Amino acid sequence: MERATHIVHEKAPTLPPPVMSVGIARWLKENLFSSASNIVLTFVVIYLLWLIIPPFLDWAIFDAVWVAASRAECWDTADGACWAVVVTRFDQFVYGDYPKSERWRANLAFVLLFVALAPVLYDRIPWRRHLVGFSICYPVVAYILLIGGLGLPEVETARFGGFLLTIVIGITGISASLPLGILLALGRQSDLFIIRVLCVAFIEFIRGVPLITLLFVASTLLNYFMPPGTSFNLLVRVLIMVTLFSAAYLAEVIRGGLQAMPAGQYEAAKSLGLPYWKTMRLVILPQALKISIPGIVNSFIALYKDTTLVIIIGLLDPLGIGKATLSDTTWQGLSTEVYIFVAIFFFLCCFGMSRYSAWLERRLHTGH
Amino acid sequence: MRKLILLIAAGALAAVTSVAGAATLDDVRAKGHVQCGINTGLPGFAFKDEAGDWQGFDVDYCKALAAAVFGDAGAVKYTNLTGATRFEALKAGEIDVLSRNTTWTYSRDNDLKLTFVGVNYYDGQGFIVNKALGVESAHDLEGASVCIQTGTTTELNLADFFRANGMSYEPVPIENNEEARQNYLAGRCDVYTTDRSGLAATRAALDNPDDHVVLPEIISKEPLGPLVRHGDDEWGDIARWTLNALILAEEYGIDSGNVNDLAQGTNNPEINRMLGTEGEFGAMLRLDQDWVVNVINAVGNYAEIFDRNIGPDTPIGLSRGVNASYLDGGILYAPPFR
Repeated sequence: MERATHIVHEKAPTLPPPVMSVGIARWLKENLFSSASNIVLTFVVIYLLWLIIPPFLDWAIFDAVWVAASRAECWDTADGACWAVVVTRFDQFVYGDYPKSERWRANLAFVLLFVALAPVLYDRIPWRRHLVGFSICYPVVAYILLIGGLGLPEVETARFGGFLLTIVIGITGISASLPLGILLALGRQSDLFIIRVLCVAFIEFIRGVPLITLLFVASTLLNYFMPPGTSFNLLVRVLIMVTLFSAAYLAEVIRGGLQAMPAGQYEAAKSLGLPYWKTMRLVILPQALKISIPGIVNSFIALYKDTTLVIIIGLLDPLGIGKATLSDTTWQGLSTEVYIFVAIFFFLCCFGMSRYSAWLERRLHTGH
Repeated sequence: MRKLILLIAAGALAAVTSVAGAATLDDVRAKGHVQCGINTGLPGFAFKDEAGDWQGFDVDYCKALAAAVFGDAGAVKYTNLTGATRFEALKAGEIDVLSRNTTWTYSRDNDLKLTFVGVNYYDGQGFIVNKALGVESAHDLEGASVCIQTGTTTELNLADFFRANGMSYEPVPIENNEEARQNYLAGRCDVYTTDRSGLAATRAALDNPDDHVVLPEIISKEPLGPLVRHGDDEWGDIARWTLNALILAEEYGIDSGNVNDLAQGTNNPEINRMLGTEGEFGAMLRLDQDWVVNVINAVGNYAEIFDRNIGPDTPIGLSRGVNASYLDGGILYAPPFR
């Protein structure tokens, strides 16, 4: 009798994985419905979002008024946000008092800013070597474009306002404070007594004083020390103070990076016979700065947001323009719209910086 | 170190004295404009219009002064000042005149060494409440929560008023008018107190202004006016008589509509003296003979400035009240032009 055999010759059909273990369903199960408490929390959060988001969208978009001549007209038209205030005053929010006929100069300076930043921020750009030359000249180019010279009529810095002012203070502060901060951090670790003491004293003094105090000093006290008749530009005073303030913080961030360097790195550089500056430039700083990136960007973002403090000394940054606009009885009472608009601008700038730093960290991650 | 401090102090002193001693009129003429300190934004008094130009009750005074000196209301530049920086900016010579809803007080006049050139608006602290509360007098506010701007004289006035009347209150500290409006609307305070001009502006920005009432009590004196540095009386006189000319022009019925006709000569010697057809009054201030004509052409008389910026037909809707001319039962009174 033949033995009954049961041999399967065909392969069993490949079944798709269970629905719950792939794709969205798996993600939902693992992240939102993994336990009883998570399920409850998920539904609570969904309910809260349901309460908040649709009314907000109604207010901000669907019922919003984009074109109107006054707040009264807005409120007569619809119940939503009155973005008309931002639309009609958009130019003021961007340029402040910068003369209309000269605004192309601010625009050009803004576009060239990206040309100048590109080779600094991104190392694979074509013709990087030539572009870096432009980056180094950019401060002069921007100065001539924004303030005047070489045949361009002069624009007083008192007329700078809005986002233009924020960007001028922010970018100048950031780009001037980084080198200064590096020098201060190196100085603080220097073997030369006087340099070390000066750096420590400077850093500790600046860190011990609120930025507002420094701005007040810039706006009121400095004038007493100047010879009468010289009016030392308020914007320049503010730029100096913001830069010094930020440099002191950066110095401490970078010092953290320097201290994280194993002593072997210094010793290795010494044993190769590298002098101090070469040791720093070729061995220590590239590594120290790399690990300091999150802290450095953190300082930059803080500085960028701190530029709004200049409203206290009467410079019209976007919030200042907002206040001046809201004081016009035509638009009075629309503070929510104005502040949301300004907040979006700051969020875009700061989020951009933070994304760039995350990208740079991944890029420089050499895996050790 | 001590030497350094002394040096800095000496430098500061030198700077202060030389600023104070300079002939402001000559400096102003040399640079070609009046540098005027104004608010960073106060409804009706200083705000930016659609074109980006500054307008308002305080701003119009700056224009009037520019018109007096240069015959051109456009010859003025503005410096925006906060409550904390205004006096330093004036003393350090950054501005020539401060026209920023500033209360004339003893210590500001004498301790800060400033010269108030007059009063262009008699303000006073008041209260605004929702009509639904049924409150008719500030004396009914026992136990109320009060929105109050911190660090201002209004805070002290409020404490004084409630203590003097043996009442208690709960302060809700806020930073500015806009924040006050939000808090008041959200019901976080029953009452908002600040200068009545500010209350009127706040009320104008509410959804239903008629649901809210400004209580009749005025608990403080806030005479607002322009001011200049101590030490240059000539410039102070120009600033003072610019303000007086605005007030006198209303008194004599001179306005921007008829000033050019009246400047041809009238039967009223006071008008003739003001408008420069009699006497040599401009020269006394080293100004043009027709400087008042320029001022009135530029901004109108006091009534026109008031009505244009904060008057009953504006959203702010302030009535003249005590700020009416003394002829109309107010206390606005300027010395004669002779």
